[in-house]
Amino acid sequence: MSLLHFAVLLPFLYTVFVPLFFKKLPRVHTGWFVLIVPLLLFVYFAAQFPLRSGSAPLFQSLSWIPSLGIRFDLHLDGLSMLFALIITGIGFLVIVYSIYYMSKEREALHNFYIYLLVFMGAMLGIVLSDNLMVLYVFWEATSVSSFLLIAYWFQRKRSRYGAQKAMLITVTGGFAMLLGFLMLGSAAGTFSIREIVAMKEVIVNDSLFIPAMLLVLLGAFTKSAQFPFHIWLPDAMEAPTPISAYLHSATMVKAGVYLVARMTPVFGGHMSWFWIITIIGIVTLFWGAFMAIRQFDLKALLAYSTISQLGLIMSLLGIGSLALHTNYEAQAMLFSGAILAAVFHLFNHSIFKGSLFMVVGILDHETGTRDIRKLGGLLSLMPVSFSLTIIGGLSMAGLPPFSGFLSKEMFFTGVLTAYQHIDQWVVLLPIVAWLASVFTFVYCLVFVFKTFTGTYRPERLDKKPHEAPAGMLVSPIVLATLVLVIFFFPNLISYTLLEPAMRSVLPSLLQPGEVFEVDIKPWHGFNTELFMTVGIVVMGSLLYKTYKKWSDIYYNLPRKFDFNHMYDKGLTGAERLSARVTNFYMNGFLHSYLSYIFTFVIIVVGGSFLLQRAFAIDPSTNAVIEWHEYLLAVSIAVSSGFVLFVNSRLTSIIGVGAVGYLVSLLFVIFRAPDLALTQLVVETITTALFLLCFYFLPKLKTEVVRIRVKVSNLLISIGVGTVFTLIGISAQSTNPFKPISHFFLNSYELSGARNMVNSILVDFRAFDTMLESVVLFTAGIGVYTLINLRKSRREKR
Amino acid sequence: METLMTITAGVLFTVGTYLILSKTLLRIIMGMSLFTHGVHIMLMAINGLKRGAAPLLGEEAESYTDPVPQALILTSIVISFSLTAFSLVLAYRTYKEHGTDDVEQLRGQEND
Repeated sequence: MSLLHFAVLLPFLYTVFVPLFFKKLPRVHTGWFVLIVPLLLFVYFAAQFPLRSGSAPLFQSLSWIPSLGIRFDLHLDGLSMLFALIITGIGFLVIVYSIYYMSKEREALHNFYIYLLVFMGAMLGIVLSDNLMVLYVFWEATSVSSFLLIAYWFQRKRSRYGAQKAMLITVTGGFAMLLGFLMLGSAAGTFSIREIVAMKEVIVNDSLFIPAMLLVLLGAFTKSAQFPFHIWLPDAMEAPTPISAYLHSATMVKAGVYLVARMTPVFGGHMSWFWIITIIGIVTLFWGAFMAIRQFDLKALLAYSTISQLGLIMSLLGIGSLALHTNYEAQAMLFSGAILAAVFHLFNHSIFKGSLFMVVGILDHETGTRDIRKLGGLLSLMPVSFSLTIIGGLSMAGLPPFSGFLSKEMFFTGVLTAYQHIDQWVVLLPIVAWLASVFTFVYCLVFVFKTFTGTYRPERLDKKPHEAPAGMLVSPIVLATLVLVIFFFPNLISYTLLEPAMRSVLPSLLQPGEVFEVDIKPWHGFNTELFMTVGIVVMGSLLYKTYKKWSDIYYNLPRKFDFNHMYDKGLTGAERLSARVTNFYMNGFLHSYLSYIFTFVIIVVGGSFLLQRAFAIDPSTNAVIEWHEYLLAVSIAVSSGFVLFVNSRLTSIIGVGAVGYLVSLLFVIFRAPDLALTQLVVETITTALFLLCFYFLPKLKTEVVRIRVKVSNLLISIGVGTVFTLIGISAQSTNPFKPISHFFLNSYELSGARNMVNSILVDFRAFDTMLESVVLFTAGIGVYTLINLRKSRREKR
Repeated sequence: METLMTITAGVLFTVGTYLILSKTLLRIIMGMSLFTHGVHIMLMAINGLKRGAAPLLGEEAESYTDPVPQALILTSIVISFSLTAFSLVLAYRTYKEHGTDDVEQLRGQEND
């Protein structure tokens, strides 16, 4: 247990105290007490900083389930560091923001902060785990905490719907990913990511390589809301806004990106890895940007924008993975630029999207709505929020002087590199990327101008808007400042954060001690990238102005291809199907249930005997049979068969009684005097009881059953009889164990009893007999109660 | 002898199962009763029959039959007796309360 382990577990441990703070100190907002956790963690991770330039990553080992090869190993390298700082840094700002956003009088804050801390710990666990199984556990923990946070206002139907949707989609992907991990583990013989990377050569040639890749990608794509699994993210916006800012834009949805980056050293360099990720990423980029424009809810707009931006990062990771491909060794450094762009944009997106979400939260808080049809003209009322939106929005659109511009340019460089070095038709890649960026520009304009300019219509708002309190503005201001600072001084983070992260994605490209050359600058001269950006501004402004004319295409999209529609249909269909299947066999008929049980016995017990060839018939040791014994056996069979065919109650009771008495005669022949005596007594009482029922119960009817049911009953009965007979005969014919009965020959010395059976019952196994008496007694009470109690109560009435 | 007894037990199992699968409560209870008899006979038969004297040391015989299955069966006889008695009274009570002894009519609905 090292300090690094403690860092991951700290948020989990701290949850224990949160309810105490909430209950005992209700005057102070619980958030203030929680704030210390991300602060401590941020400082701790920042203190690990001298990771730069070739120093070895931090590795801490802890044994967990050694027999399964599962070790709680943590590994802090450049990529983990980037994520850990984002998780704790944004986490800190989000909690500060939430203190002003979440009312301490009205909300169940302890739940909120417990879920948040669980998420924070789980997310740190994902990015620090070296073991795939541990990573999976944390992965699902983030899904669960995300579910709880989306459904935080569980009174609302939309919240529950969104939470369920997010859960179903991400957990399904998680399961696929687990399967992929198991395949990887079996191919490599270890679950350690570092060892798997080291064994890349073995894994690539394994037959499970492609299936494992696809399954792992399914997990990554569902988590990072990639097309067509993106549909859960807009519905997840039902969560409180600090959560949307934290989980659903800055951190959790980037877990899929993290996984892809982490797995690049294993799968990267394979063409299918490149194609799948790049195509899915670019389609997501386009579709998200396209759909964002039509949204009226500001949060939904940001959700689609997040989807789109995640697609951008994904596609960059896809392109960058080619740096590991043997055919492109000469261009490896060019392609590695895409990885740099990916990690850089990941960082940028976290800061500008975080601040934008916080601004939307402020708008919601101050005006009572997030609907852009109601908002407008807030510029003079909320100038600070406006400035923040300009910074965040234009950074998102990829304009200078904001950090988004830098990574956007690098993105264009990436897609252009791919086009230049792969194939002619890959020209589609930069074209789609450019179109998507045009749409991105349009929705950024929608966000900024529809909210803050235009006519101010106070009658449509629930509250009288004014600027937010300072506490709520602090966090977005910090983030927006970062956006500006990074633009002017990108090299503040280039060798400290970005290059080490890049090195963990592409470790094999470097010799020990080498570093990637990372020089980010805003001005590259008049190149294609710059013209693309200019084109975006021109085309985007044009589209924004003419939006009314082309907005019809949104309403003419075929409903059949709406993925939400498919999801809903699929869900109700699955529910109906499972209800139908369940109702089919759970039909309430005792007869059916008993039939299942008997059939199961026949098939499973009989079948496994058959398969194991366990049936053995060896009559050589049988005792001789006397003629009266034949007579007894036949009489038993006849009297029992008799019960089947008569309809008179009395006759069938006599038949059952006859079997009982005949069995007691058998016991005499079997040299079991005690049994014979007991059986005689019991049979007499039982017959008397049967006769009592005969007196009270109605006459037996000829049962009207369909011939099909009759035949199936007969078959089941014969099956049961045959299977048990065969098992019985086989059991006689084989004697795998030595009998223990010789021990009881000493019963006189041990217990002073000459009757061995009796000494077993009352001495050697006395507890059994005592409990048996309890059963008898209980049954007696039951009989008495059932006969008397209700009668007396009814009489009283 | 053992094989013959096992087959007899098998007949009891068959009849018992068939009765248990029927609709009338009384028949179901009779089926259970027959099933138990089958089990007892089979337990005896598995162990081998007529190998020595009754397990009473007073007999002072060369060998005795195995006392363990006998002790088991003795327990079983008593337990199954309790079960039969209780089921019978339950059937009687059910008939009194619901006016039928047909288990198909006795099935409850989930929404009841």
